[in-house]
Amino acid sequence: MVYHNLKALIKGIRACKTVADERALIQQESAAIRTSFKEEDSFARHNNIAKLLYIHMLGSAAHFGQIECLKLVASPRFSDKRLGYLGIMLLLDESQETLTLVTNSLKNDMNHSNMYAVGLALCTFANIASEEMSRDLANEIEKLLGSSNTYIRKKAALCALRVIKKVPELADHFTAKAKNLLTDRNHGVLLSSITLVTEMCQIDAAICDEFRNAVPLLVRNLKSLVTTGYSPEHDVSGITDPFLQVKILRLLRLLGQGDEKASETMNDILAQVATNTDSTKNVGNSILYETVLTVLDIEADTGLRVMAINILGKFLGNRDNNIRYVALNTLNKVVSIDTNAVQRHRNIILDCLRDGDISIRRRALELSYALINEQNVRVLVRELLAFLEIADDEFKLNMTTQISLAAERFAPNKRWHIDTVLRFLRLAGNFVREEILSAFIRLVAHTPELQAYTASRLYVALTSDISQESLTLAATWVIGEYSDVLLEGGIVDEDSPKQVTDKDLIDLLVSILDSPYANQLTRQFVLTAITKISSRPMVSSVQQERVSELLAQYATSPELELQQRAVEFVSLFNLGEVKEGVLEKMPPPELKATVIGTVSEQKPVGSTKSAPDQDLIGSENDLIGGGSAPVNGHAPAQNNEDLLRDIFGGGSDQPATSAPAPAPRSTVDDIMGLFGPGPTATPPAAAIPPSNPMSAFNIPATQTPQAPPPQPAAPRLTSYTAYEKNELKITLTPQTSAAQPGTVMILARFQVSGSSAATGVSFQAAVPKSQQLQMLPMSNPDINPGSVETQRMRVVAPVGSAVRLRLRISYTMGGQTVQDQVDFSGFPPGLTGAHSLGVLVIFIFNVLLAFIIIQVFLAV
Amino acid sequence: MIRYILLISRQGKLRLAKWFTTMNAKAKSRIIQDLTQQVLARRPRTCNVLEYKDTRVIYRRYASLFFVCGVEAADNELLTLEIIHRYVEVLDRYFGNVTELDLIFNFQKAYAVLDEVVIAGEILESSKSTALRLVSGPRPSLPWLYYLIIDTESQLWEENENMTQELVKAFF
Repeated sequence: MVYHNLKALIKGIRACKTVADERALIQQESAAIRTSFKEEDSFARHNNIAKLLYIHMLGSAAHFGQIECLKLVASPRFSDKRLGYLGIMLLLDESQETLTLVTNSLKNDMNHSNMYAVGLALCTFANIASEEMSRDLANEIEKLLGSSNTYIRKKAALCALRVIKKVPELADHFTAKAKNLLTDRNHGVLLSSITLVTEMCQIDAAICDEFRNAVPLLVRNLKSLVTTGYSPEHDVSGITDPFLQVKILRLLRLLGQGDEKASETMNDILAQVATNTDSTKNVGNSILYETVLTVLDIEADTGLRVMAINILGKFLGNRDNNIRYVALNTLNKVVSIDTNAVQRHRNIILDCLRDGDISIRRRALELSYALINEQNVRVLVRELLAFLEIADDEFKLNMTTQISLAAERFAPNKRWHIDTVLRFLRLAGNFVREEILSAFIRLVAHTPELQAYTASRLYVALTSDISQESLTLAATWVIGEYSDVLLEGGIVDEDSPKQVTDKDLIDLLVSILDSPYANQLTRQFVLTAITKISSRPMVSSVQQERVSELLAQYATSPELELQQRAVEFVSLFNLGEVKEGVLEKMPPPELKATVIGTVSEQKPVGSTKSAPDQDLIGSENDLIGGGSAPVNGHAPAQNNEDLLRDIFGGGSDQPATSAPAPAPRSTVDDIMGLFGPGPTATPPAAAIPPSNPMSAFNIPATQTPQAPPPQPAAPRLTSYTAYEKNELKITLTPQTSAAQPGTVMILARFQVSGSSAATGVSFQAAVPKSQQLQMLPMSNPDINPGSVETQRMRVVAPVGSAVRLRLRISYTMGGQTVQDQVDFSGFPPGLTGAHSLGVLVIFIFNVLLAFIIIQVFLAV
Repeated sequence: MIRYILLISRQGKLRLAKWFTTMNAKAKSRIIQDLTQQVLARRPRTCNVLEYKDTRVIYRRYASLFFVCGVEAADNELLTLEIIHRYVEVLDRYFGNVTELDLIFNFQKAYAVLDEVVIAGEILESSKSTALRLVSGPRPSLPWLYYLIIDTESQLWEENENMTQELVKAFF
């Protein structure tokens, strides 16, 4: 059925039992309205539009009524016009093409003889005018600003506001009229013209200056509002026209900003408003609030400022939550200007964290972040952590971030910092940003003295809760990385240290894999962690076996990333010697000054400066003693890690290659002893005890054709011994070409000096990141006594840099598998071109022997 | 400036929506949906301010209706509450003890009242009586009898529709 009028329709819709019924009815009615529009029935139009607007409010399409609204506006009847304009305001906005058609109707009605018709047009314009329409009708609006009718003037003022919001450059257009309007006696006109002027001042600083002259006038207006007694027309619970007062205060704020004189003029009235306004009702507080904002923004004298902040303090103690809300909000602005004033209210602010109202909690939280400093970081972070326990989930992510940042900035010590992070990982582990997690891991990696503590705390936390993702990730990483510390020291957290077995660790990590909380990321972490644990020497073979079984399971995982990891780890297990290196502890992610300092103890430094005279054997003993003995409690692995960093650590270890050694060193375990300027012009072979009878230039006939003999004519064709142990000797012969500076061809020669052959020789080399290395395969992995095997390498290094190599050698000799690692930087500087002076110096000192820490892994 | 004013019933039905900033229909319905949910979920005696995306939302409940205003950051929250109250007062005087049903059946009038209190997102008139006088529009030039019936009608809307129809017939 079709409803004959709006009321019937509304009743019909309200009578619908189900949503489906309602929708059907609306569709039916909408279709009927559409048909009626097509029939051009002007009598039904009013009714139809009214129904359509109701349907529109219920959420149905009503765009087809736009043109009908325009037709309705053209009607001479006021009620039609009103409904037509209402329809235009509801159905049209700036983005619609049809709006341009409205311009003409508006123009006509702005010139209408009836003020209500003008009022309708102005109201419509003020609510929906577009930029184009603003330009078209700006003149009409300006004319109406001078109307004798207050009803029209006040609406025109807000239309002018719309115009300058859409087209800011038209602001000048209205300044003259706006000045007149400020002297208006009518409150409505004053209200809207002050709104207009406020917007103008915001748009253009020049206009703002122009209106500074109006300050005394505004002050007088405000004063009369404050001092006049009861005026029934504008009274709101005992206060005269709070709307106008607030508007004046806001304009004064803009005019007083950065202007001493204007601020001076308004000081008194602001003080008067601040003291005389009744603060028992919301109205009064709205004025006080605006006054405070104004005082804080202008160049107010100190007395007034203190008064303003005190008002905020009083607000904070108010029982009305709205008042507290605005106080917290405003203190947030004040805190950057005057932290101490806000610090005084710290306890109340912290109390607000426990308020039942989420808006209050949110504001208080924002404010408490801003309050943290060196002095109160412990107290405030403790409060925040306490709040984190009960905080709404939506706050948690931001809270963990803010707490972490605060801890990073103000932490009194590292232990506290780590404790704080541990705490929020436990409380809100599912709400931690990735950056925060990695910052924590960085912190742990850089704090070797607390690694045992952190690892055991995380172990305990993880044992009790594996549902917090970030805690799981952090704990898995740390346990995987520092499992040796845990296994050696046990749980150091509690009074009586408790032993942890490798089985416990792996059980725990495996339980994560099987838990319902596991996701792909945690599984990846766990796989890496257990692989790392299993490579540690103190882990029993049973557990190692278990890990490899587990990895084998995941080698068929449907998740590609996991599968790839598992497959890689499984094959890594079969590469005994590579595995150790790959699964070593990670170097701390980013080098910091303090860390470099502790590391450089064992750094191989090629120095040409005078060093204690020591014979090579003696110094080698020193070296071994210094290198493999645990230094200040770190396991040898630590040294290794340091070495790795030396080579791969990038730019920060550059001093290692520069000629003068930067730091003074002790003589005993000083590696420099090695490089001590031995007697000049001694070939390296001669310096080394007789175990290597072969001289560097001996090129046996057994060489493979792919390794051409070095050209004897080359002037710099010297070979350097890189490795000599267990009757195996490796020498390196660098060769440069002038055509390609920076490229060094290196020929490695392998010889056995004893009677037994070295079999399964694997020779690997690595260069610093700044250099590139290419290697050809070895001529023969088995070295028989008397034969020489070779391998060619090519290093491309930046011109002028020194070539440094890390060599890893493994071989089987006499039934024993030997695996060694050697750092070699014994080539003379200048190989890569330039540095002629350096080359000279080096040639004077002749050949250098290089060669450093050796980590012997002798499987018995 | 006020960005939008919504009247939402306790059942979550929209009774009036006025937009002072340009937004597409999708954004509008999203706001209505989200705010309906959030405002209705508020407990009594909490503050009247909500934070919704970048706008502050001031709301106040009158009987079964929530008056909801989205305002800009620079606005005075406490004064916005007064503006809402002012609108309610004018509605109350205009309809005489206004109820939600008045606003449903005379939604155009509710808009007309709003147009005399707030336009372009700013308060227009601080005097209740002036606003009230202006809402009624020009003096009618139709026979007084007609207006009598219209007025009666507005009071009797709860009664049976037919009864009003009969009244109209009887007078003509």
